[in-house]
Amino acid sequence: MTHKASKKLFIKTLTVTTILLIFVALGSVVTASDKKARNLDEESRKCLKCHGEARYYLTDTASGDSVKMKMYAELRIDLVNYLNGTHGAFKCTDCHSSDYTTVPHPASVKFETDYTCLDCHGGDEKYASFHFETIDEEYARSVHADSLGTDFNCWSCHNPHSYKLTGPKEKVVNKVAIDNGMCLSCHGNSIKFENLADKEIPNLINRHDWLPNQALHFKNVRCIDCHGAQNDSLSVAHLIKPKKNAVRKCVECHSTNSILMSSLYKHAVREKRNQLGFYNGVITNEAYIIGANRNYYLNVASIIIFALALLGIAIHSTFRILKHRRNAD
Amino acid sequence: MQTEKLYLYPVWVRLWHITNALMCLILIFSGISMQYSNTEYPLIPFSAAVSMHNISGIILTVSYLMFIIGNWSTSNGKHYRMRIKGLIVSLLNQARYYAFGIFKGESAPYPVSKEMKFNPLQQFTYVLTMYIFVPLVFISGWALLFPGIIVTNFLGMGGIQLTSLLHVTAGFLISLFLIIHVYFCTIGHSPSSNFKSMIDGYHESH
Repeated sequence: MTHKASKKLFIKTLTVTTILLIFVALGSVVTASDKKARNLDEESRKCLKCHGEARYYLTDTASGDSVKMKMYAELRIDLVNYLNGTHGAFKCTDCHSSDYTTVPHPASVKFETDYTCLDCHGGDEKYASFHFETIDEEYARSVHADSLGTDFNCWSCHNPHSYKLTGPKEKVVNKVAIDNGMCLSCHGNSIKFENLADKEIPNLINRHDWLPNQALHFKNVRCIDCHGAQNDSLSVAHLIKPKKNAVRKCVECHSTNSILMSSLYKHAVREKRNQLGFYNGVITNEAYIIGANRNYYLNVASIIIFALALLGIAIHSTFRILKHRRNAD
Repeated sequence: MQTEKLYLYPVWVRLWHITNALMCLILIFSGISMQYSNTEYPLIPFSAAVSMHNISGIILTVSYLMFIIGNWSTSNGKHYRMRIKGLIVSLLNQARYYAFGIFKGESAPYPVSKEMKFNPLQQFTYVLTMYIFVPLVFISGWALLFPGIIVTNFLGMGGIQLTSLLHVTAGFLISLFLIIHVYFCTIGHSPSSNFKSMIDGYHESH
């Protein structure tokens, strides 16, 4: 084989191998997502045949007549969100009564009591770092528990069918969007809010009109950073305070001892205390908070330059005074 | 001693100058108060400092535009036109005078006249401040007033963070200029004569 022919063969082999590798990689991605979808057991698939759709067919077992019905939003499960969620590995009857497998569902299922987080996560060493018991205690003292009682529970904020734990490495802006989305699912939805609280929904934009650059604050700070009482052992505050106790003083965030360092930036602070001499340097990657972001080296440099300027002025003026006195003598 | 009075500062220059000076002072104090905000020892309460800073920043911009229009439409602009040729030599001459000559009783190398009211060192620092630092500070200030217009990320750093660094640095240099400017204004016919000039418009010299 000539050198030219062997070079051609090498290029051909390389091209074919690359194409094959791309196909294998794509195939494994597709298989991985399919694999997850296939993980949903047959029984749960039957549930989602109705609960996963906007419309479903109800059939009268006696007459055999079918009617197209609307699935209420609260009872509808998004399959993708469910499978990607923290609880996505469970089958429906792991948490719900097996009576639900009977269609139409019998009236007895209406008496089923919902699990709370503690029913599964309480007293379990595996989840000790989440401090579910402390969360429960904090929640019991919150404004939600106080004013809404049993009408409000874990699921009011954390939809068990889609809830996904945000990791400490999640970008702050995404963390803010996800967490604020939970609050806004009621506080930005008049029907849901008014059904739950039995009062008119307050206009959040007007209520926060004292806040300069409101849109920027809403995008970069979580509701709970101002409205929640921080607890060092918890990743996220669950003691939501009455509105009169919410943070309203700008300096509580806009200072070197910013409360955001023990809330929104808690994880980042644990990982890295300082960056390039910036106080609260962890903030600088994703936001800028006047008063909370300062640079140690720039501070020192500015003080030295100012001091030198003043020293120069002092020396110059001293010589001028001395000269003036000499001239007067 | 025989003194000579030159009318160098027309009414609009004095009005602009006093507005500029007052706004710069408010901006420096409110800016420092925000930058070094402290829950226990606030220089100015944070929200008040924000309002003061925003309002005085807007007034400073208007007064700056007045200054630019005035310099463009009157002969005052000629005092801000630097001659690059021989600039370094003239700067060194003036610096040497301030450092040594003034104590030896030498006469000023570039005396004040109708044609040239600033000495080379004054002209250089005034041009630097008025045509570079002040525009930088108010353009970055306006951007921070409407942070939505600032790019989110620039070369891996936050856009607001960079704009703010630029704003604070320019503000720092202006405050440094202010201190040195006020001190050098005491070097005149008498320590107070230059301050009086900015009230009545007349420059006093011997």
